[in-house]
Amino acid sequence: MARAAVLGRLGCQLGTLAELKPETPRVSSLYLDVPKWPGHLAGQHVDVRLTADDGYQTERSYSIASAPEDRRLTLTVERLEDGEVSPYLVGELRVGDKLEFRGPIGGFFVWEAQDERPLLLVAGGSGIVPLMSMLRHRASASRKPPARLLYSSRTFEDVIYMEELARLAAAGDGLSVHHTLTRDKPSGWTGYTRRIDAAMVKDVAWPKDTMPAVFVCGPTSFVEAAAQLLVDMGYEPRWIKTERFGATGG
Amino acid sequence: MGFISRGFRGRRRDTASSSRVPPGQYTVTDFPVLSAGPTPRVNLENWTFSIEGEIDEPKRWTWKEFLALPSETVTKDIHCVTKWSKLDTTWKGVSVDTLMEGVETAAEFSTVFSDGGYTTNLTLDDITGNKAWVAYEFGGQPLQPEHGGPVRFLVPHLYFWKSAKWVRGIRLQKDEHPGFWESNGYHIRGDPWQEQRYWGD
Amino acid sequence: MVEMRLDGNAIAGLLREIFAMEMTDAQGTCGNCGAVNEVGRVQVYVHAPGTVVRCPSCEHVLMRIVRGRGKYWIDLSGVRCLEFAEA
Repeated sequence: MARAAVLGRLGCQLGTLAELKPETPRVSSLYLDVPKWPGHLAGQHVDVRLTADDGYQTERSYSIASAPEDRRLTLTVERLEDGEVSPYLVGELRVGDKLEFRGPIGGFFVWEAQDERPLLLVAGGSGIVPLMSMLRHRASASRKPPARLLYSSRTFEDVIYMEELARLAAAGDGLSVHHTLTRDKPSGWTGYTRRIDAAMVKDVAWPKDTMPAVFVCGPTSFVEAAAQLLVDMGYEPRWIKTERFGATGG
Repeated sequence: MGFISRGFRGRRRDTASSSRVPPGQYTVTDFPVLSAGPTPRVNLENWTFSIEGEIDEPKRWTWKEFLALPSETVTKDIHCVTKWSKLDTTWKGVSVDTLMEGVETAAEFSTVFSDGGYTTNLTLDDITGNKAWVAYEFGGQPLQPEHGGPVRFLVPHLYFWKSAKWVRGIRLQKDEHPGFWESNGYHIRGDPWQEQRYWGD
Repeated sequence: MVEMRLDGNAIAGLLREIFAMEMTDAQGTCGNCGAVNEVGRVQVYVHAPGTVVRCPSCEHVLMRIVRGRGKYWIDLSGVRCLEFAEA
């Protein structure tokens, strides 16, 4: 990764909300125009800072959903019921409003299409967001390593990017998408209907002798369970990169 | 001041001034969980609480012995350095005065230590005279692990980082030894009424 | 309760402020057990009076970071060695 791009303290930037797109009942994508955006890598995040008129400030990190190739910077945010920041981003913020943030941030949980290893992505809930940036980046790349996504959601309604994932998987360029729902069994559903377990991981994950690049993202307990299942299958811990969202915050 | 986020209010913080709320604090009705590490797994069969250090004969109680000590139920306000205060919290435990009964020591200082390695320093003055307890019930229920159960230290007149979770004992000392947070920026004493949050306050 | 634990990605921004460069792909050697891990792999506790960073192998404290009154207080003594590439 080009280190020259990641020196120096990050200044705060202002992006303008150009479009707000609901993805699920609780999740929306914010499309931001950011003048002089330096570019980013798939998997990075921004630290959003909100300031009230009495000077009170608070910050939260949000993964970048857009590919480096996309015109606008996109954040996909889940509105948490007792959240402090997410109900503002998904609920109050309007097209034309400005949002202050620092970024892009992150050098560990990043993926570039020039990495030729087979790619395995494992997402729990809103953990899909940085992995979507990776898949969108992969879709623009001329050389695409084979990729598999295992995506766990609570119910059918909660699945983010459902149609876009189906479209990417149908492109016939080596991506397969596997869904599991943990609290739902809709009629006609052909995906899994249970928490991820050893059998599911064995079906979906690349065989260990392919030495894949693995990214796991979601709530802490999901990430640790998934990573452990992969290690139990014989994966080397160093192939697996994890990003825990935690249950609080938002 | 710079940019203001249009329409952002933040959590409604009840900062209405009150003689019970120290400067810079706001009140909460829930009980936030703060943690510097994994929740220790405590085996009550092996658990002991001890008073050691500058003492002729160290004292030690097993869990059964500890529960047999005279206990008190107290209602106190607690104040976290991260700015939340919770009023009228009820605790049941053994007063440090009870634990220190009969102890002869030249020590003026102490380190309260816990499972998992956490420490905090307190003067003997700050833990005696009806100011500190070793508590095992909160709100009439056994203390939950996330809040320091089975047993935590309770010294409510100081910022709550001094009320060490998963406490195992008190080490009496002639010198002051800054604890986990006190050695890394937090005030050596931590009186919320003087807003002693950080070094230099 | 395990949800309280995050990883080094959660402090990428904070470390960037302190080191003036991206640190999550730097390699740290634990002063207690000798395990070498990228900073992105460490255990991070942010719901505390300060940020506590622990070794993913032995849970020993690697770093403590406190912010207040316009200052940072940082203890890196749990890290024996930090390795990262020049720009």
